[in-house]
Amino acid sequence: MPKISRKTVVTVLLYVGAVVIAPLFSKAPFYRHVLIMVGLYGLLGVAWNIMGGYTGLYSFGQSAFFGIGAYTSTMMLVKAGVSPWIGMLCGGILAAIVAAGVAYPTSRLRGPYFTIASQAFARTFQILMTNWDYVEGAIGIPLPLMPDTWRFMQFKDKIPYHIIIFGLLGIAILVCYYIANSRTGYYFRAIRDSEQVASALGINTVRQRIIAAMLSAFFTAIAGTFYAQYVLYIDPESVTHHALSIEIVMVAAVGGAGTIWGPVLGAAILMPISQYARAALGGAGRGIDLIIYGVIIMVIALVRPTGILGFFQRERTIEGEGGDDVDTTITAGTGSDDAVRGALGQS
Amino acid sequence: MRFGGLLANHDVTFDIYPGEILGLIGPNGAGKTTLFNCISGFLRPTEGTVLFKGENITGLKPHEICHRGLVRTFQITQPLRDMTVLENVMVGAFVRYPQTHQAREKAMEILRLTGLWSKRNRMGSELTIPDRKRLEIARALGAEPELLILDEAMAGLTPTEVQEAVELVKTIQAQGTTLFIIEHVMEAIMPIADRIVVLDAGRLIAEGPPSEIVQDERVIQAYLGEGRHAHRKEHSS
Repeated sequence: MPKISRKTVVTVLLYVGAVVIAPLFSKAPFYRHVLIMVGLYGLLGVAWNIMGGYTGLYSFGQSAFFGIGAYTSTMMLVKAGVSPWIGMLCGGILAAIVAAGVAYPTSRLRGPYFTIASQAFARTFQILMTNWDYVEGAIGIPLPLMPDTWRFMQFKDKIPYHIIIFGLLGIAILVCYYIANSRTGYYFRAIRDSEQVASALGINTVRQRIIAAMLSAFFTAIAGTFYAQYVLYIDPESVTHHALSIEIVMVAAVGGAGTIWGPVLGAAILMPISQYARAALGGAGRGIDLIIYGVIIMVIALVRPTGILGFFQRERTIEGEGGDDVDTTITAGTGSDDAVRGALGQS
Repeated sequence: MRFGGLLANHDVTFDIYPGEILGLIGPNGAGKTTLFNCISGFLRPTEGTVLFKGENITGLKPHEICHRGLVRTFQITQPLRDMTVLENVMVGAFVRYPQTHQAREKAMEILRLTGLWSKRNRMGSELTIPDRKRLEIARALGAEPELLILDEAMAGLTPTEVQEAVELVKTIQAQGTTLFIIEHVMEAIMPIADRIVVLDAGRLIAEGPPSEIVQDERVIQAYLGEGRHAHRKEHSS
């Protein structure tokens, strides 16, 4: 286990503090709903980021795993009265297994070809769910109303939902942080930059790609269960729709793919925009949030192609070079020849 | 190795002895890189076997071959662009050191050895060509190869840079690594190689110490064509 640094402790405290304080600004249910959406899409963005941001597998099919999560826990609750907490775990595991099944045959596809395959898979999945009678097809499933308890994850108030989603998001961020600083994280990024180099350096690229897809699907499905418990009604249109896949990518891309906090930042920027735009314009404004998204994508692509956070991170690495002047003098001035001998002498 | 109707390597048999530097030379299109790809697992040979430390490694995946201690570099340098130089080398080191801090230590040791220490925080994409070539070698060294195979690690370098690269190769050999090197730059490979093998049109046409190879009629013909022998002698003095 890595040592827990002061920076980590401070970050955790800041996160918990922000989560606790945020809902206190307003008692309005809509304000608190927007916060929950930030948490939900933050979680989806962090999950996508493991695959898209770190490993370079730009999946446009995450809605399928969201759907698997939502349907698994809901069916277990409706048919057998199983607690959604268990359903959530089962949905996550099922999604991870399905993700492995999709990732293996697509492991030779790169770049846009992988993206197309992921999209095809998700769209097929949506058609399947729409026509499958056992899960009520296109009619959808209303979740049975339960008393206000933690056991069945149903609450009249929004605060428990707020705590749950930001708790789940916190766990996802911790997992992501741990992966990013471990061998697996380095392997993911090596694969993103060049699979050929990665395999020459002993990385089993197929296995690593499957691991990335499974982790991503697991957290996406968990978000799906949360959504079902929060909205209490699911149908293929709401939990497996293609637009959801795109929104997930948006969140990560705007905030900064390949960074730990990027997707959270992206969700914190995009969700208020889309939610308030929808609310302000009502039925007449249907789709207006997508137009606003479009404008934001264009601005980001032109000004900061690495995403908002990606830009700051890059700047920091360049700054970091100033700090190594002591060691530089040993090798830089006299050329590599002396450096080689120096290093040999030490060993 | 056959690509459709093209025989890229035909009946090529040779040995690499532990601790030596074996050079592989040959004109453009002789099949040098194809041979490397067959050995390192990037191509599966249509016929024949590759033995490493007595074991048959023919047809194994590149990552499996790397784990066994045979590591390659690429002719067209491929830095991991969005990773720093240090992180690039760490990726190689993770094969032997699964813990991040161990891999970082190993990578820093290699960066000092290869003269990339001062650039360790640069992004892979920011490097100049000579540094990229260096990084190719450094990254492979991270995986602690017993046999390191270099694909034109010195092509496109200035004479001073070639000299630095030659020194680096000697250092690597002195640390006990066997090297197999494709090289176009004769001045670079001739002085350091213990032996040379020569490929021409996919066939092995000569094998021996550098001093014999430069005298070999077939090698001279392969490089300069027939009737140019005398011409070459004037220039070689």
